[in-house]
Amino acid sequence: MIRGTVLVAQEICKGCELCVIACPQDCLGLSETLNKKGYRFAMLTADSCTGCENCALVCPDAALTVYREPKPVRRPATSVQGAA
Amino acid sequence: MTPKERINGYQLVYHRPDTLTDNPTHYCPGCSHGVVHRVMMEVVKEMGIQDRTVGVAPVGCAVFAYNYMNVDMQEAAHGRATAVATGIKRVLPDRYVFTYQGDGDLAAIGTSETIHTVNRGENILIVFINNGVYGMTGGQMAPTTLLGMKTTTSPMGRDVVTMGHPLDITPLIAQLPGALFVTRHSVHTPAAVRKLKKALRLAFEYQPLNKGTCFVEVVSNCPSGWKMTPREANAWMEKNMFTAYPPGDVKLPPPGLN
Ligand SMILES: Cc1ncc(C[n+]2csc(CCOP(=O)(O)OP(=O)(O)O)c2C)c(N)n1
Ligand code: SF4
Ligand code: SF4
Ligand code: SF4
Repeated sequence: MIRGTVLVAQEICKGCELCVIACPQDCLGLSETLNKKGYRFAMLTADSCTGCENCALVCPDAALTVYREPKPVRRPATSVQGAA
Repeated sequence: MTPKERINGYQLVYHRPDTLTDNPTHYCPGCSHGVVHRVMMEVVKEMGIQDRTVGVAPVGCAVFAYNYMNVDMQEAAHGRATAVATGIKRVLPDRYVFTYQGDGDLAAIGTSETIHTVNRGENILIVFINNGVYGMTGGQMAPTTLLGMKTTTSPMGRDVVTMGHPLDITPLIAQLPGALFVTRHSVHTPAAVRKLKKALRLAFEYQPLNKGTCFVEVVSNCPSGWKMTPREANAWMEKNMFTAYPPGDVKLPPPGLN
């Protein structure tokens, strides 16, 4: 499974939870602490994120940035040079 | 792990478009307005038309849309957005001109301007946010309010005898010869957002062809006006609003256009 992660702009998040219900991996939740506006903010609660972008698509405050690990590049077996 | 360590070696796949300003919105948590703003500005960004796009903001909760959409914007008097957009498009025909209007703005006080603009086939895009209430003024009944729906001005629920039927304006618009592309969407799931984005992209792409008005309705929530959490509001919307206002294309351009 491709691995991904998200960063949350904590100060503009309004804790609406729409990203939490949109996440197919159940890896988002709300913080226990409040941001400056007084909202609980979204945060990763597990490391099962796949970088699918679903959370970012439904976020009304464009508070999410999504990253994904690069697709593995296949190397021909003979190309390893200088290996001991 | 610090955020920097977490993204180390990863590729950026989604970030906030710079066609949105950095201003945090005044919208209530979970309100559809923010999603629609973002998707519209993603399309403007992807088409590379930021410096050629002019929006017209309504009266309603989206009255400050010009603070968030990083394109040229003009505020219109309540309901008159399509008339203002007509003027802008006629003076600057090479611009991508859109209006952004709620149901109180577009389908109550602005019904006349809306119908005549589309009947004239003005080459603009009208984005219609239908949340079934007047959000900004405190959740009063709108023409689009569902039968039985409780609002501050229909506390027992809307009844046909005294308050009339919910106004489904989108199919009416589609009947006008000036309408080129009429479609209805929502933003409550990732799949719905993707579909809306495709429709908005098409609507913007049709504009330079000068073939008529594009009209994109977004069936939306108003968690504050409906007195629900965002999660409840989206579930309620899917169950009730979609029965009266089913998502889907209402009028497609003639085949072979482009
Ligand atoms: C000429 C005029 N009449 C009435 C109002 C009061 N008013 C402000 S917003 C609004 C309705 C907004 O509802 P809608 O267009 O559905 O937008 P929402 O706030 O739900 O996004 C009304 C009636 C006004 N500002 N100007
Ligand atoms: S990118 Fe996908 S898996 Fe990761 S948090 Fe967002 S919705 Fe969940
Ligand atoms: S959808 Fe956006 S605003 Fe809502 S909780 Fe998630 S990150 Fe915060
Ligand atoms: S009152 Fe309703 S439409 Fe207005 S910002 Fe709040 S939730 Fe959105």
